[in-house]
Amino acid sequence: MPSVARLPVENGNPVRAMQELLRRLLAEDDIVGVFAPRQPPAKGAVMPSLITDPEALASVDPASPSFPVNAAQQVARLTRGDLDGKLIAVLRPCELRAFTELVKLNQGSLQNLIIVGADCHGAFDNDGFRAFMESNGGKPGIDNSADFLRRVSAGEFTAAANGGPALARACRACEHPAPEHADLTIGLFGQDTSRDVLLIPGTAQGEALVSRLGLATSGSGAGRDEALTRIRAERTAYRDAMFEETRAATATPAKLAEYLAACVGCYNCRAACPVCYCRECVFLTDVFAHEPWQYLGWARQKGALRMPTDTLFFHLTRMAHMSLSCVGCGQCSNACPNDIGVMELFRTVAARTQSAFDYEAGRNPDEKPPLTVFHQKEFAEVTGGHD
Amino acid sequence: MEAFEPTIIAFVCNWCTYTAADLAGTARMVQSPRLRLVRMMCTGMVDPKYVIKALLSGADGVLISGCHPGDCHYINGNYKARRRVKLLNEILTGFGFDERRLKLTWVGASEGNEFAATVNRMVEDIRALGPSEAAAVQAL
Ligand code: SF4
Ligand code: SF4
Ligand code: FES
Repeated sequence: MPSVARLPVENGNPVRAMQELLRRLLAEDDIVGVFAPRQPPAKGAVMPSLITDPEALASVDPASPSFPVNAAQQVARLTRGDLDGKLIAVLRPCELRAFTELVKLNQGSLQNLIIVGADCHGAFDNDGFRAFMESNGGKPGIDNSADFLRRVSAGEFTAAANGGPALARACRACEHPAPEHADLTIGLFGQDTSRDVLLIPGTAQGEALVSRLGLATSGSGAGRDEALTRIRAERTAYRDAMFEETRAATATPAKLAEYLAACVGCYNCRAACPVCYCRECVFLTDVFAHEPWQYLGWARQKGALRMPTDTLFFHLTRMAHMSLSCVGCGQCSNACPNDIGVMELFRTVAARTQSAFDYEAGRNPDEKPPLTVFHQKEFAEVTGGHD
Repeated sequence: MEAFEPTIIAFVCNWCTYTAADLAGTARMVQSPRLRLVRMMCTGMVDPKYVIKALLSGADGVLISGCHPGDCHYINGNYKARRRVKLLNEILTGFGFDERRLKLTWVGASEGNEFAATVNRMVEDIRALGPSEAAAVQAL
């Protein structure tokens, strides 16, 4: 059990305590910058930002209930070469898991990074966040976030009670609310975050930082494990019900076509997906720009042909490419202009494909992606028992 | 009503199964004409997209066939193919495709008999299964 430090919270706002931690880290000689979500100048959603000026940390907000983008691709950009020191990256658990997948695919590196994760109560999708902002009386950004933390830990927002905003379905179905293999974890679960928050080192690098900062460590983070267990159980139950519902809604190709009936082929879901790793997506090329006679042939074969075509083809191909790495962050659903339950669909498929290979996206940076390895004897059922 | 005759797309590797198919042909073995052969250099280059595209655009079954384990001319293409087929099976059966529609077999260059038998067996199986679950879907 690693020793745990406590960060005192002043004026009841834990976001300030997180900023203070980052300020102290940035002041260290070997730290070149902080990558973290930051409040925009006007009211709105946080955006991942690369910060070098300590003054700019005053708008950093790791507790915001807005989640407009999964930052994994952006962090990856910052790790594809040398920096003159270490970079602190503040990530949500699902961002960290997506980044871990990119590292395995050689699109990012852990080398110059110190990863700070925070317990994640979940976030709203873009619509839900706007509704939350309105309902909370338009306070300045980080006060909103402190209110959110207080209300969500009291159990609010887990269902759209009284027509109020509810957390994104992806978050309500997320059984990984705590960062895995972060160097430092900001522990919020089970804590009175108006008094203090936990700082939990998860690696030797994290331990070293905590002692360098001279933070007193105090044994355990009372109450966190219990809260984590409870949150996981609730979310797992919600997730399993979501899987059931989605499986039933897509049980045949005809039902899948119905599920995707509103898809216009904008590929926003692909652009928003942190683990859609192809540098050039084949669907953005003219490989599938068919000849008129081909469309006519398909139409004749089936009596009618929905256009745009290749809708099922796109989604099934995307599943074949990235479902093994899907972390369930929900950004695909957030990005869809036509309210298709893309996350529900992809997570349901991902649960099947990942378990078939005994794999879990983001679980372990040392695990090889299943399609990059093989054994001589395996999956005999695929070839009817002949291996 | 006409009896259902399945259409099967086969992706076969140049070095083993294609040679076996050639042998079955020159030896005049009796085989169902319901198979459309696509010659690839190796099963390791059968992209999952080819399988998905085939099943969505009218194929009732897809056969992938290559060298026996240890015999792949590109060392391990067939092992990679096996993982891809495993993956595709997980995805496709979740949407109600019968898993018998996608088949992976190893047929060596000298096994003309085995090739003809594999084709005939698969055509029989798919005929019994009926048209693809995607046949009536008017979206690709
Ligand atoms: S498919 Fe959707 S839920 Fe899965 S990682 Fe991509 S954006 Fe996130
Ligand atoms: S974002 Fe929605 S409409 Fe656009 S391609 Fe994805 S599912 Fe289709
Ligand atoms: S060359 Fe035949 S399977 Fe690879």
